[in-house]
Amino acid sequence: MIRLLQKNGWVLGLVALMVLLFVMTKVIQPNFGASGIGALSRAALPFAFATAGMAIVVIVGGIDLSVASMMAVAGVASAALMHALGNEGSLLVILAVLALGLAMGAINGALIVVTKVPDIVVTLAMLFVWEGVALLILSAPGGSAAPALRAIITGPVSVPFLPEAITAFIPKSLVVLVVCLAVVWVPLSHSKLGLWIYAVGSDPLAAFRSGVPIGLTRIVAYALCGLFAALGGLSLTLSTGIGEPIPGPYLMASVAAVVLGGVVLGGGVGGLLGPIIAVFILRILRMDLTLLSVDPNVSAIIEGTIMAVVVMFGGLVALRGRRA
Amino acid sequence: MTEAQADMPILDAVGISKSFGAVAALKDASLRVGRGEIVALMGANGAGKSTLVKILTGVLRRDGGEIRINGQARSVRNPRRARAAGLVPVYQEPSLIPDLDVRANLRLGDTPVEPFMARVKELGIEGLRLDDMIGALPLATLRILDLARALASEPDVLMLDEMTAALPADLVERVLKVVRAEAKAGRSVIYISHRFNEIAQICDRATVLRDGHTVGDLRIEPGVEDRIVELMLGQSLGEGLRVEPRAVARDGTPRVRVRGLRAGTKLGDVSFDLHRGEVLGVVALEGQGQDELFDVLAGFRKPDAGGFDLDGTPARFGHPADAIAAGLTYVPGDRSEGLLMARSVRENIALPLLARPRNWGAIRMKDEATRVKAAIEKLQIDTRAQGEVRKLSGGNQQKVTIGRWVATGVDTLLLFDPTRGIDVRTKRQIYGLVRELSDQGAAVLFYTSELDEVLQACDRAVVIFNGRVVDEIDTQTADHQLLLRAAYGLTEKDRLEAAS
Repeated sequence: MIRLLQKNGWVLGLVALMVLLFVMTKVIQPNFGASGIGALSRAALPFAFATAGMAIVVIVGGIDLSVASMMAVAGVASAALMHALGNEGSLLVILAVLALGLAMGAINGALIVVTKVPDIVVTLAMLFVWEGVALLILSAPGGSAAPALRAIITGPVSVPFLPEAITAFIPKSLVVLVVCLAVVWVPLSHSKLGLWIYAVGSDPLAAFRSGVPIGLTRIVAYALCGLFAALGGLSLTLSTGIGEPIPGPYLMASVAAVVLGGVVLGGGVGGLLGPIIAVFILRILRMDLTLLSVDPNVSAIIEGTIMAVVVMFGGLVALRGRRA
Repeated sequence: MTEAQADMPILDAVGISKSFGAVAALKDASLRVGRGEIVALMGANGAGKSTLVKILTGVLRRDGGEIRINGQARSVRNPRRARAAGLVPVYQEPSLIPDLDVRANLRLGDTPVEPFMARVKELGIEGLRLDDMIGALPLATLRILDLARALASEPDVLMLDEMTAALPADLVERVLKVVRAEAKAGRSVIYISHRFNEIAQICDRATVLRDGHTVGDLRIEPGVEDRIVELMLGQSLGEGLRVEPRAVARDGTPRVRVRGLRAGTKLGDVSFDLHRGEVLGVVALEGQGQDELFDVLAGFRKPDAGGFDLDGTPARFGHPADAIAAGLTYVPGDRSEGLLMARSVRENIALPLLARPRNWGAIRMKDEATRVKAAIEKLQIDTRAQGEVRKLSGGNQQKVTIGRWVATGVDTLLLFDPTRGIDVRTKRQIYGLVRELSDQGAAVLFYTSELDEVLQACDRAVVIFNGRVVDEIDTQTADHQLLLRAAYGLTEKDRLEAAS
């Protein structure tokens, strides 16, 4: 039990912080309720997907600076496709965009593995490449989102036999997020591949000597990052109803959430749950500061400070734990 | 089994060659291992031992030559292939993943859990849990886990690279016993070690490499050590194996006087004097508090009780810089702790010269170059692999860690297992260097995990057992057996008392 607490201490701490922030929100805005949670969850969706992708490449010991650009490509591609195909082509659009994401990520990974150029350099270059690709697909915001797909992430869920008083607080977008992450992460973390990802991130040499195919593992990790970036881009288009070729502020936000979520930059440590909770923490914080009508520039300072404090505090706790 | 099959070597590597750029690491290396045989692979630093091992285990690809396993030519292109062919290595550095627990590490290599745990027990590690994180386990335990993991995969040929280097004496005995039992049961072992006594204990044959060639293949029998050393060095043995006696003035104020030092859970109560011009050995099994002792003296941690005087003045360090300023220089056994691996030999040697405020600003290149050159020549550092220190062999790296302090001028040297995993020739150079420094008036504290070294390098030695100094040894009269007994806390005095 104590071991379990030790291993998941960071995530539990984050949950506590999130609850605290929810309470604060309720104090600041007494009528914060179901619709507020729905809006929050929908706004957090693209951030959460970007963060999930980033978390995987950071765990494997890399970083992907092109995540926001890949989201833009997936966003405009899906907007253009949905504009052409309408409701009937929904499934096709989803599959095509996911395949596109996997391909983009795999290209990033393969370039890193084959050329042996540092990941930060390769993905910085690819940031511009994918940005250009997005602008080639749509030179200005445009396209549209299929209403059938938009409905998937808007509004609360309806579950038979559950009173609406409860379901009203469960936004569909949150369910979509949890399902998408679980479908990829749960099988992954129980497979050899998941183990390889952690092994390569922790100590590539030892992993190589243990017989892990290092190059393949890296490529798969980057491909998964591309997949999540595509989901992020798709969800962005679905929530705004339009394809936006200029990348949003997802790169830095995802790195921030990954670090706050307990994934160690350098690799080998962490999971998906922590970073996803961290995304919500950062979103609620932003929302609260807006509700308090704090100057946006000041709120950026506050966000950065809180992040630094939390991560340093975590470092201190870890240090103490090791001494004891 | 027919006669021919019984005679066929299980592993037969012939004419292996490998070059790194202009440097030919292996030219014509051969190694033959029969079923149930333990073969020692020996050679000085840079002879090509590590390269041959890496080729056999699929970490490197050979340029030429042939590897036959059970009579069939095999490619062993990567570690996975090598394992599949029955060649399983245990490397000098643990190859377990630090951020995963024991169970996940086993899954990584498809190691069966039950046999693994049985091996762990057999090798003398108690209380290991499958959910222990690898990163939190001590180094000695990791080496044992590596070995247990290798054995659990039932290899045809087990390759042990300096298996006992970081192990305390009691675990070494266990490991040797298990390895011998495995050979008796028909498993073959390639045993790489610098410790002759271990090789004499368990090996059947020794294959000796020099400058990338296999220069000898000898049956292990009494007295073969000299022949092996001759082959390794390419010259016959001149000097003896014991330090020459010399007079050390121990009546003045000691350079370092340690009194009642206590730190952490292991270092209980240690007192001794270290004089100028003296090499004082520290004899201790693993984990008797020597790590903490050196940490305190080097300013890495503060003592819980007691303290030490420098030249008669009480000293207390809050930071390693305080220790360096006071003239105490720490040389770690783990070379990566002390070196900038990606920088050049020159920069590494020059770094301590620069790390003084009065030297901040422009570097006086000419002055630096002369001092660095002098240090390189004095230590005979092999600088063929120009550029990064990382590319040097282990022995040469260690020479750089010491060389940097030679260039600076040294006052008090704290050597913590400085010859770990280094060949005989380099070791002797290091002993000679240490002796020369102490002749010039340096005080040297010398801990080594290899007991025989104490006789070869130190004027006198203190024995630390269970966190306390239990004995002092005169290296002129002591022998290996006495050292071993002392290290186990069975001191000469006790023996006499028991006899009377």
